[in-house]
Parts: sequence; structure tokens; C-alpha cells
Amino acid sequence: MSEQPAPGVSEKPVSGKVEPLLAVEDLSVEFGTDDGLVRAVRGVTFELAPGEVLGIVGESGCGKSVTAAAMMGLLPRNARVHGSIRFQGQELVGAAPEALRALRGSRISMIFQDPMTSLNPVYTVGWQLAEAYQAHHRVPAKQARAKAVEALDQVGIPQPDRRAKQYPHEFSGGMRQRAMIAMAIINEPELIIADEPTTALDVTVQAQILETLVKISTDVSAAIMLITHDLGVVAGVADRVQVMYGGTVVEAAGVEELFAHPRMPYTVGLLGSVPHPELIGRPLTPIHGAPPSPLHLPSGCTFGPRCPLVAEQCRESEPELVTIGAAEDPGAAHATRCHRWSELSGDQSARRMFSHAEIGLHEDPAADLVEEQ
Amino acid sequence: MLQYVVRRVLIAIPLLIVASILTFALTTAMGDPLADWKLLKARTPAEVASEYHRIGWDRSPPQRYLDWAGGFVTGDWKTTIIPGNGTQDVRSEIGRALGVTLQLVIFAEVIALLLGMAVGALGAVRQYSPFDYAATGAAFFMFSMPLFCVAVILKFAGIQLNNWLENIGAGRWIVTSGPPRDGFSGGLGHILYSYSGAFVLPVLSLVAIQFALYSRFQRASLLDTLNADYVRTARAKGLTPARVVVRHALRTGLIPVITVFALDLGLLFGGAIITETVFGWRGMGALIVDAITKKEPWMVQSWMMITAIVIVAFTLLADIVYAYLDPRIRLG
Amino acid sequence: MVDVRNPTPDRAERDAASAGFADSQARAQWRTVARRFVRHKAAVAGMVLFSLLLLFAFAGPLLWTASLDAGGDAKIAPGGAHPFGTDRIGRDMLAQVISGTRFSLQIALVVAVVATVAGVVLGALAGYLRGLVDAAISRLIDLLLCVPNLVITAVLARSTFTLAPSVQNQSNWLSVALIIALFTSWFPIARTIRGMTLSLREKEFVEAARALGAPTSRIVFRHILPNTVDVIIVNATVTVAQAVLLESALSFVNLGVHRPEASLGLLINENKNELATLPWLFWFPFVFIVLISLSVNFMGDGLRDAFDPRQRKVRE
Repeated sequence: MSEQPAPGVSEKPVSGKVEPLLAVEDLSVEFGTDDGLVRAVRGVTFELAPGEVLGIVGESGCGKSVTAAAMMGLLPRNARVHGSIRFQGQELVGAAPEALRALRGSRISMIFQDPMTSLNPVYTVGWQLAEAYQAHHRVPAKQARAKAVEALDQVGIPQPDRRAKQYPHEFSGGMRQRAMIAMAIINEPELIIADEPTTALDVTVQAQILETLVKISTDVSAAIMLITHDLGVVAGVADRVQVMYGGTVVEAAGVEELFAHPRMPYTVGLLGSVPHPELIGRPLTPIHGAPPSPLHLPSGCTFGPRCPLVAEQCRESEPELVTIGAAEDPGAAHATRCHRWSELSGDQSARRMFSHAEIGLHEDPAADLVEEQ
Repeated sequence: MLQYVVRRVLIAIPLLIVASILTFALTTAMGDPLADWKLLKARTPAEVASEYHRIGWDRSPPQRYLDWAGGFVTGDWKTTIIPGNGTQDVRSEIGRALGVTLQLVIFAEVIALLLGMAVGALGAVRQYSPFDYAATGAAFFMFSMPLFCVAVILKFAGIQLNNWLENIGAGRWIVTSGPPRDGFSGGLGHILYSYSGAFVLPVLSLVAIQFALYSRFQRASLLDTLNADYVRTARAKGLTPARVVVRHALRTGLIPVITVFALDLGLLFGGAIITETVFGWRGMGALIVDAITKKEPWMVQSWMMITAIVIVAFTLLADIVYAYLDPRIRLG
Repeated sequence: MVDVRNPTPDRAERDAASAGFADSQARAQWRTVARRFVRHKAAVAGMVLFSLLLLFAFAGPLLWTASLDAGGDAKIAPGGAHPFGTDRIGRDMLAQVISGTRFSLQIALVVAVVATVAGVVLGALAGYLRGLVDAAISRLIDLLLCVPNLVITAVLARSTFTLAPSVQNQSNWLSVALIIALFTSWFPIARTIRGMTLSLREKEFVEAARALGAPTSRIVFRHILPNTVDVIIVNATVTVAQAVLLESALSFVNLGVHRPEASLGLLINENKNELATLPWLFWFPFVFIVLISLSVNFMGDGLRDAFDPRQRKVRE
């Protein structure tokens, strides 16, 4: 995907020339709950070009899904949204529900994490797809049904005609997620938000589903916002990656740049958690602790309490998101939210950075294994 | 489907046989049916012995059971046997009572279900609105009231209303002594007048309680489905809010409510015991209370058996309805 | 696996630390539940009301020493020497209501405890052991559900009280309570716990306990049931309210408790025909019966919300 840019993106997009498909600026989402104010998303800013694939990565609870829900206008009633989300120039924050509804499913569509529960169990798959089409097209039922079968065919479901008449429980997990993709592309949207689309699936079908998703969105020239907790998932398909932590963006860069030169200890830690063939036989290096509760964010840098490089200034103030690297070349643009980014040479090994807590325990993993038997 | 029903019916037969033994044990445990008769005045041993022989109590319980069971299957359900009660035929009496109960229960249940579904659904869609709070409060209040108090208070109010109507010269509209006796005679106006007058209070007292139950059920079930992932999908498709609620949330949320309704209907065939007693409807409920108080063994026994059969049948019906509404369930 | 191995000091220390963490997490969870419950105004009001009713019923006789027996002036309207008035044969109504509330509460609490214990144990056994035990318990419930519960209890109450040696049979309230508990109130809890146990027994932590050779009783009581404690508590609360109402219904058909042990249901039943002439005789016990079940129902609702706050959030 990365070497084959989707139509609509010039080889080297020049900043300011191409109208961004989506421009999110200083987006914040808060929830007033019984237990206090939850600051789920804080000051998130990013742009998405037409046809681009943007990976949004982070642990659960870091604000990825809330960001997506805000774009779809699917936030719970008690949510308060500030900032701006402009889709093709149209402001979505505070837009009339009816205007948002017209966009949903037609120009922005969404694929959810759990295909087991995301389809209504009492209607046939074909019926549900046809309904999605008819929500935005005034066509007779028969035509909508034909469209549904066509969409199922497009996502590689064999015998789409017969399958359309079946209920979701007659589909396997991978098939259901394909059906969800078919539902997402049936109205040829400009943007597909995929929220952990492969997390609930068997590893063996994950790759197929990702491939289908990217291929199909290229066919309809849609941009993708791929939300995941798995850097391995974005590595193969995304053009750009944005790492989120504690409700905000902590690092953003082109996919190769980010993997080669991470400039934020959290990203380094995430990379250390990805299984890699070179590390067979050695334990993965976890980041200790749990992500902060959006109810009680730590003061200063939100990653501070888990960061091996934490310094005095990190506890005092939250760092700004600074752009590093060549600003005139957006392809190489790299932004990080770290006081000590310049000390990260980029080839820092996660293992060395995060393993201090394991010293004495995993010094010799092989011996550990022997002892355990 | 047919195969499933046949199999379920076959499974139900042993259950009903065990139920008949259990109910026989219960009936027997009520004690000597002649105890009160013997206390009434001194009887000679010969008198007592002949009386026991007449009612068949000179035989052992297992013999009595087989005797009764054989009769029940072939349609001879015996008669009332306690001296001084007359000899009513159990089968025709239960048949009559069932007819009376059905009129009342079906009418009240349908109103309660429709009202409960509407109020419950609205409460779920507008969760934490003043309407929701009011409906929840009302339901809690109804749950906390003994049914017979509701009936007694309604009856009292009905009598007051009657007095007032009489004072203004409108006649006594409310009837608190059972269904209209003259049935469908007189003009349409008269039929409406007599039926509404006889039905209004017992139906109201049943609806008050059952409606609270169904509205809570509907609300909880709809809140569940409103939070379901597939409803989020429906919203993400860009459907109108009304369509999301009606076609996606409500359609699935109805399943448990309808199932509970079918089960409840089966139970209520056993009679709205309290309502019937208060308002003088001589239906199934009044019949069993009377029979238990008088210790009429065959009446109690056959009544429990018939109710058990109806309840088992409605449980099966509930399962079939469930399978029909939810394609994930496949019978067979 | 970890347990088999000799823990290094380092690991032992960390285990202890994480155990402490789990412990404090459990405490924190209970604190959260308590906090949510306290914020539920109706639930707190219900709890206060229920405590007051308990106080009224059990401490009341110490403060209000009027005799329960007949003999005073009859048919006195509420006020002065008889705050709740007197009945047709001159019994002080306040004393009657205090004692009625006590009997109703005693019955309800005994029913809740017995039914909960029976339901939880049988439900857990059925769900965990499955097979024959499950079949037997499930069929038993099916069987007892075949006949309306008011009728079963009425028949049993009739047998119990005529078999009893005299009408003065003391503690017949206890028989009524046990009949209600054992023949009606335990099924819902048993069914719910059975279902939960069926799914919990497949969970990894139960499999782990089994693999370590924990005995069945330990798995059921230490690993499975603690995960159902919220459901048990809410169910038990609701059972209290239902028992109060069922007992009053039994009294209504003259098959509940007998004097001298007058429950609120019996009082209402005795006085239901005085609604036009001596209305206070009906309304006072009526109000108290409603207060009992209302307070318990509100507590139950608050507990349900406190344990499971998910229902409080709806997507727009």
C-alpha cells in the first residue's frame, strides 16, 4: 500500500495545496460522569489527505475510539466536545444531528471491533446491507438488495447471493467482518474509520481482512483511519502513524520514519512490545504499569509515571507537540510530545530502555525456562 | 418445527405425571376431608365408616391416586365429596370457571401488555426524563402494593362512584359481583353499559400490577438493546433515530417481553385469585380458594392438574414464540 | 506452573505486592459500590426508611406499651391516647401495627435468608456439577412452577394449620415463612445462579483452580460464587419485598398466619370491610406494608445501579 499511493494523492503532496479531507483541530472530549469529569480526548490536532491511510495507535483508554466516535457524532449524551472537526470544509462539531446523519454511512463510514455483536442478529445480512444503501439512496428494495449482493461480492464473500439471505450467526467471524466492510463501502464513502477491525479475529484471518479493507478502499478511493493498539497492524498498511497516549497525540510521523526513528519513549516501548522474528526465544519487553485513568491524569507528562527517562521537568509541565525534522517536506514531518526527544537517538532499543525492572529475572531467559521445568 | 413440538410434548408427559403425583401428595397432605364434618356433632362409628366408604377414603392413597388418574384421563373427574357441599361435577365446574377467568384475564393482559410496552419503551428512549422518572416511580409504587389492597381500594372507590351516580340519577353503573349475568341481551348500548360496568374494576386492578411488570421489563430490555453494538452500527449507517429505535432496538428488545407475556398468560389461567375473590367473579381463582378452604380433594387435585397442563403448554408456546422472533434459536 | 517452582525472594516479594494490590482493588471496588449507592437518593431514602421500620417493629413495643388485647374502648378515631385509633373490639391499633410490622418483617427476612441460601446452593450445584444433579434440580423447579405459587403455599398452609394441635399454635409465622421460602422464593435465584455458574465454570480462573486440584466446594464457594455476589444481594433484597406481599396475599385468602400472630396482611384483611366506616383500621396497616416493600424495592434498585452502572449510560 505504502509504495502504491491511492488515487487523489500526488506522489509528494505539498502542504497547503491539497485540501485536506479531514482537519481536526484542538479537539477535546469530556464526559461528566458520576465519578467525576473524564477527559477522554485532549487537544488533538491532525489532518488526513484524500485516500491516505492513517494509523492511530495506542493502548485502550487512550482516546482513540472516542476521537472516532466524535467524528461520527456517535458520542454518548453526556459528552462535551470542543475544538473543530472539518470534513471537506464542513464543520462537524456542533453540526445539526440531521446534517451529521446524512454524512454517516454515506461519506464517512465506520467498521467496529467486534463483528460478532455489530450486526443485528434478527435480520439477514443482505437486509442490513440494503438498509444501509437505502438510508442514503432513494431506490426500490430490489435494487438495494442487488447492491448488497454486489458489495458482498466485492469484499470476497463467495456465493454472495446465497450468503445475503443468511443471518449473521450463520457467518464466521472473518465473514462477518467482511460483511461489515461491505456495509462500510456500499455508499462509496470518502473516509472509512476502522476501529480495531481485526482485534477480535483469529490471527490467520487478520491479515486477509486488513488486505481486503485496504484494497477495497483503494477501489472506492476512500481514506482510512485505522485505529489499533497493534503497531504490527499499521506497519504494513498505513502511510502515516499517530501515537496517542492519555487522550492526546504524543507522536506522529510517516510510517517508516516512526519505525526507524521513534522520538518518544512511549513509542519505543510500543515497538518493544511487537513480536519480531529476530527476537525469537527472548521475552518481549513490556511497559510497566497501566495507562492513566482519564479521570485522574498525572500532572506533567502523562507518560511520566511509566517512562524510564522521566526527569524533573517531565513532572512539572506537559510537553508541547513539537515538529521536528524537515517542516517543508510533509512526508518526513515528525512531531513528538517529549521534553527529552533530542536525547532519543532514534535507534534506542526498547529492550535496553525498559528492561531495568527485569534485571536479575530475565538476564538469562533460557535458564529461566530450564528452571521452570 | 413440528418435530420439535412433538418432542417437547413427549418430554412434558413424564413431567406432568410427576406433577400429578406431587399434587396428589399436596392434596392428601391437606388432611382428612371429613375432619370438620366429624367435629360438627357426635357421629356413630357406623355413620363415620359409611361416610368414608362413600367418598372412597376407605382405600389406600395409592389406590385413590390410580382411581383418580384413570378417571382424569378418561374424562371422569369425579365430584365434590364433602357432606353438605352438594355434589358438583368437577369437570363441568372447572370448565365453567375457566370460561369466566378467560374473559377477564385475556382482556386485562392485552391492555397491560400494550400499555406496559408503550410506557417502558418511551421510558428507555427518554431515560432520566421527567416521564421516565414518573413511570418508574409509578411502577415501583405498584410493585410495592399488595394486589388485594389495590382491588379493595378500587372496589371501595367503585361503590362511592355508584352512590354518586345514583345521586345524580344515572343509576348504579359499577358491578362488583362478577361478569354480567344477562350476557348479550338488550341493545348495543345496554351491552356496552353492563359489560363495561362489570369489567372496569377487575380489569383495572389486574392491569395496574401487570402493567408495572411489563413496563419495567420493556424498559430494561430496550435499554439493553439501545446499548448494543448493532444499534451503534445502525446509527453509524446514518439511519434516522426513529428507525434505529423501532427497527433495530425495539425489534430485538421485544423478544424477552413477549416471552414473559406468554409465560404469564399461562400462570393467569390459574385465575387471578385475588381479583376474582374481591370482585365476585366465580372463576378459577375463586374456585380454588373455595376448594382449599373446604378441603375438597378432587376439586383441588383436578384444578392443579389442569393448571399444570396449561402452564406447561404456555411454556412451550413461549419457547416457540422466542424461536420465531429470534433467528439464532433453531428448534429441532 | 509458577506455584510448583520455588519462588525466588524477588518473585515472592512481587507476588505479595500484587496480592496486596488485588486486595486493595477489591476494597476499592466495594468503596465504589458504596459511593454509587450513597449517591442514589431513592436508595438511601429506602435504606433509612427500612431501618426506621425495623426500629419501629422491634423497639416499638418498648416505647408503646399499650396492650395488644381487646378490652379498651372500641372504634375510637386516631388521636390522643390511641394515635392509630382502636378497632371494633377495642384493641389499640398502634400496638397492632407495631406487632404486625414485626411479624411481616420477620417472615420476609426469614424467607429472604432461607430462599437465598437454598437457591444459591442448589443453583451453583446444578450449574457446576451439571449432568444428573442439574437435571434433578431443574426438573424440580419446572415441577414446582407448574402450579401457581399462591396455590401451593395456600394448600400447604391449610395442611400445616389443621394438622397443628391447636389454633394457639405458636410461631406459625415461621411455618408460613418456610413454606413461602421453600416452595416459591428460591427458584428465581437458583435459576440465575445456575446460569451464571454454567458460564463461570468455563472461565480460565476456574480451570486454573481445577488444574491445581482444588476441591469442588472450594471452587464453588471461593472462585465461582464471589463473582455472583452482586446478583445474590440484589435478588435477596427483591425477595424481601415479594415475601411481604405474598404473605399478605395468603392472609387475604385466610391461609396466612393466625392470631395471636397478626401480620400486616392479616390486619388489612380483618379490616377490609371497614373502609367506609372505620377507614383508619385499613389505611394504617396498608401504609406500613407499602412502606416496607417500597423501601426494600428502592434499596434493591440502588444496589443494582451501584453494582452495574452500565445501564446508566445510553448512546445518543
